[in-house]
Amino acid sequence: MKKILIVDDEPNIVMTLEYAFKKQDFEVYIARDGSEALQILKKDVPDVVLLDIMMPNVDGYQTLNFIKEQDSLKHTKVVFLTAKNKASDIEKGLKLGADKYLLKPFSVKKIVSEILELLN
Amino acid sequence: MSNYSLFIIIIIYLAILFYIAFIAEKNAKSKWVNNPYIYTLSLAVYCSAWTYYGSIGIAANSGMQFLPIYLGPVIAAPLWIIVLRKIIRISKQHKISSIADFISLRYGNNRFIGALVTVVCLVGIVPYISLQLKAVSETFEIMVDESSYISKTIWDDSTFYIAVLLAVFATFFGTQATDASEKHRGIVASVAFESVLKLVFFLVIGLYVTFYLFDGTTDIYDRISSVESFKSLSTFGDIGNGFNWFFMIMLSFLAIFLLPRQFQVSVLENNREKYLKQAIWLFPLYLLLFNVFVIFIAWAGKLSFSNEVNAEYYTLLLPLQQDNTVLALLVFLGGFSAVISMVVVSTLALSTMVSNNLIIPYGFLDKFSKSQPEKNAKYIKVIRRVSIFSIIILAYFFYVSFSKALSLYSIGLISFVIIAQLAPSFFIGIFWNRGSSRATKVGIIAGFLITLYTLVLPFVMQVLTGTSEFSDYGLFHIEALRPSALFGIDFLSPPAHAFFWSLSINTLLYLTVSLMFKGNYRERNYAEMFVDSKNYASLQDSALVWKGEAYVSDIKNVLNRFLGEQRAQRALSIFFTKYKLPQDTQLADARLINFSEKLLTGSIGSSSAKILISSVVKEEQISLVEVLKILEESKETIASNKLLKEKSDELQHLTNRLKNANDELILKDKQKDEFLDTVAHELKTPITGIRAATELIMEDTDMPAEIKIQFLSNILQDSDRLSRLIHNILDFEKLETGRQELDIQQYDIKETIEKAINGVSQIAAKKQIDIITKNPHKCKLNYDEDRIIQVLTNLLSNAIKFSESKTGRIVVDYKLGNASVEVLVSDNGRGISDKDMDFIFDKFYQTSDQNTIKPQGSGLGLAISRQIIKKHHGKIWVKNNQKSGVTFGFKLPFD
Repeated sequence: MKKILIVDDEPNIVMTLEYAFKKQDFEVYIARDGSEALQILKKDVPDVVLLDIMMPNVDGYQTLNFIKEQDSLKHTKVVFLTAKNKASDIEKGLKLGADKYLLKPFSVKKIVSEILELLN
Repeated sequence: MSNYSLFIIIIIYLAILFYIAFIAEKNAKSKWVNNPYIYTLSLAVYCSAWTYYGSIGIAANSGMQFLPIYLGPVIAAPLWIIVLRKIIRISKQHKISSIADFISLRYGNNRFIGALVTVVCLVGIVPYISLQLKAVSETFEIMVDESSYISKTIWDDSTFYIAVLLAVFATFFGTQATDASEKHRGIVASVAFESVLKLVFFLVIGLYVTFYLFDGTTDIYDRISSVESFKSLSTFGDIGNGFNWFFMIMLSFLAIFLLPRQFQVSVLENNREKYLKQAIWLFPLYLLLFNVFVIFIAWAGKLSFSNEVNAEYYTLLLPLQQDNTVLALLVFLGGFSAVISMVVVSTLALSTMVSNNLIIPYGFLDKFSKSQPEKNAKYIKVIRRVSIFSIIILAYFFYVSFSKALSLYSIGLISFVIIAQLAPSFFIGIFWNRGSSRATKVGIIAGFLITLYTLVLPFVMQVLTGTSEFSDYGLFHIEALRPSALFGIDFLSPPAHAFFWSLSINTLLYLTVSLMFKGNYRERNYAEMFVDSKNYASLQDSALVWKGEAYVSDIKNVLNRFLGEQRAQRALSIFFTKYKLPQDTQLADARLINFSEKLLTGSIGSSSAKILISSVVKEEQISLVEVLKILEESKETIASNKLLKEKSDELQHLTNRLKNANDELILKDKQKDEFLDTVAHELKTPITGIRAATELIMEDTDMPAEIKIQFLSNILQDSDRLSRLIHNILDFEKLETGRQELDIQQYDIKETIEKAINGVSQIAAKKQIDIITKNPHKCKLNYDEDRIIQVLTNLLSNAIKFSESKTGRIVVDYKLGNASVEVLVSDNGRGISDKDMDFIFDKFYQTSDQNTIKPQGSGLGLAISRQIIKKHHGKIWVKNNQKSGVTFGFKLPFD
């Protein structure tokens, strides 16, 4: 069973993603900001992290950096899911080492298929 | 009359003059000595023996020709106010001691020019003095009737003794002080006295001849009209004669400024500029009185004597013919007065030039270096005395060799033409700063040589060869080089002709060379000071730019040598006090150098002073280059520079303002971009939620009902959030751009607060949070109620949002402040962290420290509140409470 960590501070958005991935038999972890995500990542190793960027306290970039530093998380894929759609933002995200950069608003079906594709 | 008795009378007369001078010197400050009338009378030194005797000779032989010599000064007099005043001012500023000093200083304190002017003056004036000797000698002979006696050696010649007597007198008379720039009150007073005497005696003889010997002017006129040659004596002649007149008038016009004795009395001895006001009309009046009887005496003489008699001495011969010895003696004394004053003042002026501009700068300077001040002063005095004595003796020998053959009138004119060579560099130089030293040298030398060739040489040749071959046929018999008709101009009298050629070429060369070659920094500096004398009067000490090194002690040594230790010390301490420098200053600055030069100028002339001072000063000439550029600029460029500077300041100011505006615009633009970015982000969030939830409900047909309801409720929530957001953004935008007008009316703040509380009471009740109002009083003031309710609602919902349910407690209070009402909303929540405090009123700023569930704010509430309060000219703030929670407050002014 694949494990996914969804990190986003908007509960309504998280709710839709949680529902969709559970239907695909993912084990879903949820964090409402970066700091919560770090707590989870210290204990568990998800296959993929779906990460928002603009969050209070610890933002998406910092979270990604943390993941990249952890040896235990070297197989964990990271996908940004954000409303920041400027070319410079996308470039920055990929440069930091994200595997994919997906934009809000999104199609749930599309997100799911992108993640599945990434994991296979 | 025996020559001994006449000698005794002369000596008595000289003693009287000495006494007058002595008294005047003693009362130098008295008003009897210092007044415009004494000044004007001293200017009458212009009327020498040439006027006294010579005019009548001319009137008798050539008619009206004697007049131009007086018309020039009469025309010049009104100009004194401008020209002479300027010259006087410059001379005072720079402690000028002679005309040579004046011209050399104007051209950068040029030593050669000083010497050149001195030589020109010597050559011009020595014959002039010899003319005076000739007059005294001849009138002496007439008085003692010695004409039959021919002297064989100079020891038998009474003129020699008179010359010696005059020389001794002038020597002691003119050299009491070493500082040549000091005033000679005694001399001026005695000259004034003599001027009165010569005028009075001349008028007496005029009246005597006209009304005693003849029956008034008409009688003389009637009788002379019957003489053949009358017509030529009373009319002005043809066009050539007109030119002669013109040039003669010009010549005398220049002479009244340039003759060393005139410069001495009118400039150097002037102690109040305002005396000029009286002088400009009194002096012409004096000249007029002097000339009233000239023509009648001349006619009377012509009627009474044959043509062999020297007409110049009619004034003596007429009374002697009537055996009126007393009257003749008076006339003689009048003439003698004219001679004495001319000789004394001229030799005084010349000796100053000779010592200051010739002897001291060229060689005598070393003599001073090691001796004491008293000795130096003595040296200078000795040089001057020897000079005066030698000049007079020289004039005597000139008289013996040449003057006997010439009339008073022609010698006088030669002098005038020679002196006139100084005119271009003198007059143009004080009004035109381009005039350069090279141009001055070239101009004066050329003019001087032409004068020598056209005027002096013919007459010298005639005396030496005894024939008039040179003047008749010219050099090498070339027609064009005939001295009295150069290049065919033959209709002028010799002096007019010489004057025309010499001065034209002199002026032309002066102007051309000045325009072609620029002077060095020093002379341009002085040129500026002379031309712009008014402006430099105040800053003259610092005007001379000088960069070099000198020690005060060295300069003091030099000053000690010439002024004496006491005077030098006093002068220096005055200088230091004036410029607020410490008394023990070590290094001399430009001002001190200048000051010292000027101090010494009085004693030894400017050229010598410059040499002496520069001997202890190491000048760095190259470093002046940059300063040159500044000096070069004339007044106009300075003025336009000023204008330019103003303009550039203005431009700079505008540029700054533009730059600021631009910076502000860039910042605004950036802020707008950020705002739009944030707005887009904020809008996308609920849209994302709606988009995702809708998709799931639509696609996932077997979705459990409770989840479907949850999603639908989420969609509803997000839609509300979206519309609220849009509303707030527009609202904020309207407030910020000022497009939103307030609807201000009188309301009661208590009621308004209650309305706001009512609005949020439901959500408060849901969280079981109490909202308490404290102030029961009404308070009316003007504001936009809807907007204030908006602010209050915002603050209240924030308070509710951040308060714990059940324990939460919100207090709303208001109080009257200083011309304002203060409304406070405080809660007992978690408070606000310090890092948020500064940004809490910024748009879209949301605290990172929110409750676990994301608050449903737009991020614009407080930003909008701040805008609203700002529009009411009030103030909004926030601070954490001491115990717990936070208090938001705002203040509304009464008007």
